[in-house]
Amino acid sequence: MSARVLVGVKRVIDYAVKIRVKPDRTGVVTDGVKHSMNPFCEIAVEEAVKLKEKKLVKEVVAVSCGPQQVQETIRTALAMGADRGIHVEVSGKDYETLGPLQVSKILAALAKKEQADLIILGKQAIDDDCNQTGQMTAALLDWPQGTFASEVNIEADKLKVVREIDGGLETIKINLPAVVTADLRLNTPRYATLPNIMKAKKKKIANVKPADLGVDVSSRLEVLKVDEPPQRQAGVKVETVHDLVGKLKEAGRI
Amino acid sequence: MGIFQRFARIPLKSTYIWSLCRQYSTDLTAVDRALIQHRCVHSRGLGASPGNPGAAPPRLPFSRVTQEDLAFFRTLLPGRTITDPDLLKSSNVDWLKTVEGNSEVLLRPKTTEEVSQILRYCNERNLAVCPQGGNTGLVGGSVPVFDEIILSTSLMKQVITFDNISGILTCQAGCVLENLSNYLEERDFIMPLDLGAKGSCHIGGNVSTNAGGLRLLRYGSLRGTVLGLEVVLADGRILNCLATLRKDNTGYDLKQLFIGSEGTLGVITAVSILCPRKPKAVNVAFLGCSSFQQLLETFQCCRGMLGEILSAFEFLDASCMSLLEKHLKLTNPITESPFYIVIETAGSNATHDEEKLHKFLEEVMTSSLVTDGTVATEATKIKALWSLRERVTEALTHEGYTYKYDISLPVEKIYDLVQDMRGHLGDMAKNVVGYGHVGDGNLHLNITSPSKDPALLAAIEPYVYEWTSKWKGSISAEHGLGLKKRNYIYYSKPSEAVALMGSIKAMLDPKGILNPYKTLPDNIH
Repeated sequence: MSARVLVGVKRVIDYAVKIRVKPDRTGVVTDGVKHSMNPFCEIAVEEAVKLKEKKLVKEVVAVSCGPQQVQETIRTALAMGADRGIHVEVSGKDYETLGPLQVSKILAALAKKEQADLIILGKQAIDDDCNQTGQMTAALLDWPQGTFASEVNIEADKLKVVREIDGGLETIKINLPAVVTADLRLNTPRYATLPNIMKAKKKKIANVKPADLGVDVSSRLEVLKVDEPPQRQAGVKVETVHDLVGKLKEAGRI
Repeated sequence: MGIFQRFARIPLKSTYIWSLCRQYSTDLTAVDRALIQHRCVHSRGLGASPGNPGAAPPRLPFSRVTQEDLAFFRTLLPGRTITDPDLLKSSNVDWLKTVEGNSEVLLRPKTTEEVSQILRYCNERNLAVCPQGGNTGLVGGSVPVFDEIILSTSLMKQVITFDNISGILTCQAGCVLENLSNYLEERDFIMPLDLGAKGSCHIGGNVSTNAGGLRLLRYGSLRGTVLGLEVVLADGRILNCLATLRKDNTGYDLKQLFIGSEGTLGVITAVSILCPRKPKAVNVAFLGCSSFQQLLETFQCCRGMLGEILSAFEFLDASCMSLLEKHLKLTNPITESPFYIVIETAGSNATHDEEKLHKFLEEVMTSSLVTDGTVATEATKIKALWSLRERVTEALTHEGYTYKYDISLPVEKIYDLVQDMRGHLGDMAKNVVGYGHVGDGNLHLNITSPSKDPALLAAIEPYVYEWTSKWKGSISAEHGLGLKKRNYIYYSKPSEAVALMGSIKAMLDPKGILNPYKTLPDNIH
């Protein structure tokens, strides 16, 4: 198969880090905080590399949008087995307001330019939890979508996708080219081993600007404020059942 | 005559004590008598004997807890004097579930003053006391042997002060290590020690066992990082040596006596400790080596190329990896190898550290010292790689009964002991695994069998201690002596030294009420 897969990878604050809100309440502290690849994007890269190992696709291209630092994230994808990378340069104010709509426009333009046959993304990013980019990209390209995928198989020139839904699992068959978003149970991402990390240093990462793709990254959303969730109140210990009933009555619960 | 024949080879003194017990037997209840019999006909054998030095000795003639004693404790510590057997159960058994005591009282003081009053009272009444922190010790030192009163530090968990310029933390002895780490990390510092038991162990217990751990290679031992201690002595006197000074050469350094004394010279109630800054960049590499010789060469290369940013160098063997995969379902991130290394770097500049680390990794890969490996810079992946080393102890508990040996040896000899034991034990043992702080010359040798096997124990001990002694190693690198290893002290210390230890113990605790039957050998009395 001569298929080319585009995988989107997002650089986010590492999931183990304790998040702190900036004193001016405009966002969270990102300076000096550990960042890493969004866990669902890792699963997407793993799936793409697996397809290549099964010889069902020919080339895996990793894409990320953001400032200079996202190159680390692209390198990680290359170390996991992607063939080359594309860094879409977005920085400063534009990066702060970059959201699913802008990213999906970029991905759609790249898919056309690179003649991709399949786009695999994570189902959502752990910083904004939007769960929109995959769906918007498919709509802009007018491609079918298989979201929340827990299993993906290529059969002839169609894609069989098992989706995780509220009621259980749904299996659909969609035409290629298509967009797939990866859910947790799709696979377990591999560790990038040293030989591959060394090889990845030599793989190419191309630089592109949104303007080159004809995309306007300005946002129509404005963040008003960001707050921490309300502090959890300490519980109260009571001595007897009588006291418990009394306190519940006081609080108007019974 | 029969009794004396059985104990013929035990030093005369303890035989005398045992015969004294029999004299008192008329004053005891039927339950007490059953207790003595149970203890002396220990599940491991007939009490401590040359054939079984790790078993409990006969009960020394301490007083027994009376209703008056309970009334005193209940007045002093209302609601914090525990006598419920169900609640006492978990404090009477060690973490490995290999030793069990029969204490009937658990005390939970909140302040140093309360500890002082408890000990003054117990000293007057001749009641034995077993100080207990997180109860994570591995040599049976943290639980009572008989009916010693358990003195728990679990409610002494206040941080007293923290100076974020000097990095000096002062806190009560019952603070859990992980909680202190979290407290410090919010302020951009870290604890100078880290061990697998961090979620449960108390800093007081760490200090009284001179715990080593994963960061010793970088930050040194507690003997260097502890700046001061507050200790309550056996007679209730409070010794306040809680200095917060980096340098203080005024007289003998008393705190060094209590560090590592395993609760036998005094009860530590507060600690002041020097904490390093939290590193901005932490990287972990997990590497595979095909021989121990190559592992050692990798260590030398590592020391040379990583230098000051190296913060941990640990190893585990292929048997450990298969146990992790079998019992804890952890995945091996790299190809199967006979040996695995965990290397951690910690520094103040991510780019600088990564460059050094990548140069080192390229070097060891191209020279084939290392056959495969992976690197992590993100917190989640770092935790995952560390768990491959930190959870080996847990994986072993699923194999049945574990015989644990914590040995210090010249670093080249470390794995020779593991291979030698495998040959020596043959089919008697189910698993013989080696892992540990190879950077510090410290091996954790573990042998498992489906259930306790006296024949296997006899094959292991004293062979393993004689082997260690031959190479001038330590029979307990960091775990301490506790109950299980007290009688083996002579393999690593000359008799003059042990005799002097006995004198110090007699001076600080003349009635011997602090953690009896532990640390010092039976024949010291």
